[in-house]
Amino acid sequence: MTSPSNAQLREILVDMVMARTQSGRLWNLQRQGQVGTVAPIDGHEATIVAAVHALETEHDWVAPQYREPLALRRYGPEILERFMLYSLGHPAGGHIPEPIRVLPNQISLGTQIPHAVGIAWGMTLRSEPGVALVFFGDGSSSEGDFYEAGNLAGVLNAPVVMLCVNNQWAISTPVHQQTAAESFAAKAAGFGIPGIKVDGNDAAAVYDAVDEARSRALAGKGPTLVEAVIYRLGAHTTADDPTRYVPPEDLEAARRNDPILRLRSQLEELGLWDDDAQAATEAEAMDLLDKALDAAKAMPLSPDAVLDHCFSADTQRLERQRADLLEAGQREDR
Amino acid sequence: MENPLEDVATSDLTMLQAINETLHAEMARDDRVVVLGEDVARNGGVFRATEGLFEKFGEQRVVDTPISEAVIAGATVGLAIAGLVPVAEIQFLGFSYQAMHQLAGQVARLRYRTQGRFDPSITIRAPFGGGVRTPELHSDSLEAQFANMAGLKIAMPATAADAKGLLAASIREPDPVLFLEPLRGYRGIRGDVPDGEHLVPLGVARTAREGDDIVIIAWSYQVELACRAADTLRSEGLSVRVLDLRTIVPLDIEAIATAVSHCGRAVVVQESCETGGFASEVIATISDECFWDLEAPVARVSGYDVPYPVGMLEDHYVPDEARIIAAVRHTLELA
Ligand SMILES: Cc1ncc(C[n+]2csc(CCOP(=O)(O)OP(=O)(O)O)c2C)c(N)n1
Ligand SMILES: [Mg+2]
Repeated sequence: MTSPSNAQLREILVDMVMARTQSGRLWNLQRQGQVGTVAPIDGHEATIVAAVHALETEHDWVAPQYREPLALRRYGPEILERFMLYSLGHPAGGHIPEPIRVLPNQISLGTQIPHAVGIAWGMTLRSEPGVALVFFGDGSSSEGDFYEAGNLAGVLNAPVVMLCVNNQWAISTPVHQQTAAESFAAKAAGFGIPGIKVDGNDAAAVYDAVDEARSRALAGKGPTLVEAVIYRLGAHTTADDPTRYVPPEDLEAARRNDPILRLRSQLEELGLWDDDAQAATEAEAMDLLDKALDAAKAMPLSPDAVLDHCFSADTQRLERQRADLLEAGQREDR
Repeated sequence: MENPLEDVATSDLTMLQAINETLHAEMARDDRVVVLGEDVARNGGVFRATEGLFEKFGEQRVVDTPISEAVIAGATVGLAIAGLVPVAEIQFLGFSYQAMHQLAGQVARLRYRTQGRFDPSITIRAPFGGGVRTPELHSDSLEAQFANMAGLKIAMPATAADAKGLLAASIREPDPVLFLEPLRGYRGIRGDVPDGEHLVPLGVARTAREGDDIVIIAWSYQVELACRAADTLRSEGLSVRVLDLRTIVPLDIEAIATAVSHCGRAVVVQESCETGGFASEVIATISDECFWDLEAPVARVSGYDVPYPVGMLEDHYVPDEARIIAAVRHTLELA
């Protein structure tokens, strides 16, 4: 197991600040009606970024839920480009190009966990090095897919890291109504695999936990369930009003434990970060986002793209529907 | 057209308000009614359909469940066996996929497999349908999949008054009912809703527009679109009837036969995929019941044979007034 170097911690902080800045900008763009529903990242940065920094991007797969994309910068600029398409509601947002080992956002809770186990299993069948890291929320852990996938992973000894992002809330439902277990990590016992609980606001701790889980998996010792404990600092999404249910004093306390403030002050003490670095990173984040958004808006889209990629080739029925659709378009143009 | 609401005191409500008021009324009327689902209690549901129930009826009867649609659906079976009247919410119909083994394999079959021992007095509410730019799996019209599960009734109201009358009837119904609420209708459909007790029996269609030349058959939000199309065509001198099925199971076969025999021409509108959609069942019924009264083949206006698409493509997928009008004109031009 290796702990992150100071240089790595600085890279992690850059990605964290970028993610938060871009998430805030997207929130505003949603309010202006420019993009669809946004799930803010505030409070999740250390967990997602540090976990991904413990991976080997060339070999390791990431199966996200839906809050992660802005924090996956390490996997390449295409992630942001595709996420902007996704946010606009462009179908190409679902297509993350080769050879990037990241799956698109998953909206159907928990379904990505069996997918990650399947990827991990497949990699062992093909004797490929690498692991699959799957993110899922505390709420998603209540779906059968979590238990069934964890069980299969244990039985197969699959090289998968199951990372439960416990942000205390699933929309309005608090964790104590999600489970009576003492922790999410404790559920690993039922799968016969190790479970570790870490402070998800501590980037180095998350890095260490994922790194250790990854090393175990690569050594043929199978899956690990990691629970990262954090607090959702923003709304569930732009469609949510958390003031209806989040106790203000809890939120206040959580804000004092903001993962970005923590890593910033640590790196500032080491002389590795200052206000200028912060401002420069934020400016770059905005610039990258605006450029990606402009490129996404310029991406062409024909009406009958709605029928593309359902099958590898159009069926007879789809051929007729394509003709009807184009005809309807012409009717409207007239 | 006769107005059944003429002598009744009414309030102007959105479909969402009508649903919320009905849940309040049914919980007050019958203390066996319990509401369960994701975010239905303190948050009042993500659309506020269950707003105020938790405060009024308490945490025993209004329950935020962990996120598991399988358990929500499966637990309704047990609650019904235990003598309660569960009204469950699936947050979006697309997430009923996580509950299919319980809905199809258990909820729908409980009466049959126990040969009448238990009354599955179960209502499952779920929003669905397009036009509001939701993320994936929030908009799909899956009614045909459920219509293929014998034992399940399916209510799909198109007006605020019917949302009230059909929901009250569903909750009081001894059979399990899937009650589907169109997302676009929550705030987009409003109208006069009778105050006090108002029941609409399951299995009785409604004539939404009178007309003689052709009938448009629809359910849920598509009735709204069909009515707009009929009104537009009326201004051109065409007499277009609109039949709102209200429930697709049970199906009002007689109302379909009467309307189609009278008009001789029909168009069926649905938002789901074309292949295997419920329109196919309606057209097969027309063929069985009144083939010899037809003056032209029956047209279908549907979504296409793809999953419900992302936001930028939505308008090319969802049937709109223009597509309905084109189908009506085409059908009227035939022999
Ligand atoms: C199968 C399924 N059921 C319900 C939903 C609706 N829904 C979207 S997000 C959410 C809460 C998820 O909570 P959690 O897994 O803790 O993730 P978080 O949003 O806190 O990051 C719910 C219930 C869904 N998307 N998929
Ligand atoms: Mg959560």
